[in-house]
Amino acid sequence: MPLTTIESFSVSYLQVLDENGVLDRALEPELSDADLLRLHRFMEMARDSDQRMLKLQRQGRIGTFPLCTGQEAPSCGAALAMRESDWLVASYRERGARLMRGEPPTQDYLYYNGFEEGAAMAEPLSMRRTTPTQVILAAQTLHAVGIAYAMRLQGEKDTAVVTFLGDGATSQGDFHEALNFAAVWQVPVVFICQNNQWAISHPREKQTRSETIAQKAIAYGMPGLQLDGNDVLACYRATREALDRARSGGGPTLLEAVTYRLLMHTTADDPRKYRSEADEQAWWRKDPLVRFRKYLKEVKGLLTDADIERIQHEISEENKQHVQAFEARKDFKPDASFDFVFGTRHAVIEEQRALFLQDLARRAGAGEDGARTAAREEAAHG
Amino acid sequence: MAKLNMVQAINLALMQEMERDPAVVVLGEDVGVNEGVFRVTAGLHRKYGAERVIDTPLAESAILGTSIGMALGGLRPVAEMQFSGFSYLAIGQLEGNASRMRARTRGLFSCPLVMRMPYGGGVRALEHHSESREATYAHFPGVKVVIPSTPRKARALLVAAIRDPDPVVFMEPKRVYRAFREEVPDEEEVMEIGRADVVREGTALTVVAWGAMLHPTLAAVDRVQAERGVRLEVIDLLTIAPMDVNAVAASVQKTGRCVVVQEAPRSFSVSAEVIAVINDKALMQLEAPVRRVTHYDVPTPYFGREMLYIPDEDRIGRAIEETLDFA
Repeated sequence: MPLTTIESFSVSYLQVLDENGVLDRALEPELSDADLLRLHRFMEMARDSDQRMLKLQRQGRIGTFPLCTGQEAPSCGAALAMRESDWLVASYRERGARLMRGEPPTQDYLYYNGFEEGAAMAEPLSMRRTTPTQVILAAQTLHAVGIAYAMRLQGEKDTAVVTFLGDGATSQGDFHEALNFAAVWQVPVVFICQNNQWAISHPREKQTRSETIAQKAIAYGMPGLQLDGNDVLACYRATREALDRARSGGGPTLLEAVTYRLLMHTTADDPRKYRSEADEQAWWRKDPLVRFRKYLKEVKGLLTDADIERIQHEISEENKQHVQAFEARKDFKPDASFDFVFGTRHAVIEEQRALFLQDLARRAGAGEDGARTAAREEAAHG
Repeated sequence: MAKLNMVQAINLALMQEMERDPAVVVLGEDVGVNEGVFRVTAGLHRKYGAERVIDTPLAESAILGTSIGMALGGLRPVAEMQFSGFSYLAIGQLEGNASRMRARTRGLFSCPLVMRMPYGGGVRALEHHSESREATYAHFPGVKVVIPSTPRKARALLVAAIRDPDPVVFMEPKRVYRAFREEVPDEEEVMEIGRADVVREGTALTVVAWGAMLHPTLAAVDRVQAERGVRLEVIDLLTIAPMDVNAVAASVQKTGRCVVVQEAPRSFSVSAEVIAVINDKALMQLEAPVRRVTHYDVPTPYFGREMLYIPDEDRIGRAIEETLDFA
């Protein structure tokens, strides 16, 4: 008997604003001027923070950190589409979304200078619903599924979860397990894969033989869409539609945002070992910020070049102050690492804390109180 | 003889073993074109090609799982976990299959593979990049755990690990990677797995240490010896599992006093095992309680505070002096 086709599939690609700033009016999302300006401000803010942190790192004023330059659109576009009560379960290349959720840049400066104080915030609600930076690739995608399940079980029908991962993380078992659980449970999760083409030195085409990452959704029984990840209007639109579907009981979606890591993986990485400057230059020409600024100026008439310069200057000054505030901070308790081992105090841990403090006191060659101060300073200067 | 740092010494072992035995393959994330994030695999991809120096997709469980298959199929895989903090995804494969393949097949199959990975703190790294979890791996029967302390030993032990008939978890102290250079012979050198190294001979007290902790230990020992005019014995454990219990026992039987130094958290750790060995084999010769200098039972602090928690020369020296003074 001849083989018969029992199913056939296709994968769609969404682009609203192309790299030359040409707009598809039919797809243009309806956004207020205020929302558009907010989106712009935070994309500029994310870019400025990244550049500033790179300088600080090169001056030895901050530790190793992963760079987000060029990837502002997927996370900012998604954050704009989210409600305050939605959960953001991100990885480590979503600074834009974190900033939009209410995280001050100081948090990243703390985190990347080795202090847990920079990892989580209780306020506002959107930050209480933002999980901390997650480094074990794809692990967070399963957390997102669990959170979505919990929201539904507890009657929060309108709450959805957005989780981010990279192209490299799609090779991890956790990613596939998360897609499968999410689809089986039909929970409200939007998976956003920032396909930035490179997992450190490993190129996208050697990560998976699939033509697209979006098509992996098909195997698990959920919608998948590929979109221009340097087009923030497409990022917003796709996330918004997926969130609407999730809230109305339509289950999870996988979005593949095609973008590019314009700089290094982290400050410890040297891209010249594995990719060419020409490759990078081609992607600099697709810079998501350049395109969006052009849209705001020429299509919307919301900003002039002078306005943009003023905004950039304001952001730069604001970030400078955040750095000063962070560098002035000295209140780092040395024994803080004993504080959150368990939810209740435990005798074994407290005995170790006492020995730890005793040891610091002995080193300081002074009484307990003097030693605490000295140790605090020691910790602060790391 | 050339003076090499630990990265270069491990690289030499890989180069020479790949040359010697065509069954040796290297696989992992960024180990090929990029030559490893620490450059441990420098030059391998150029010399031996992509078929034997394999840039894998990003999945630790798959790296170890396919290594098991490669070993069953006659190869000698050397799998790199980019950081030990990511190796736990591979534990299912290690515990569930690699560790017990020989036993469950009554010796028909075995898993001669090496899982190498940088471990340990003190390099101002991000979360998951600073832990010292050797006890976790040492607790799997059938798995050997090796931690070198110097470039020369790293080279000679890695050669032994690659040739070993069983799975070896090879943990490289990244704080030592570029800390100093040491003469490493050009010609083949193999150190036996399962043997500790007595690096200082003495009579007054035994210090047991391994990995990155050997170096602050030696500094503390030198200071106390100079100040007190006593001779202290230092044992570099090198193989965590199976442990060289006779070396530990013989030394403590002679000295009657012992301090154990580890970078790992205190409870349920390798130091506890060393103390148990002393209890079994040298209790009657003890003249003081065995002291240990360890990290604390806390999730590894981010690097802003990490140096306050990792044992250093000062803490080790004080424990040695107090143990010497115990009467």
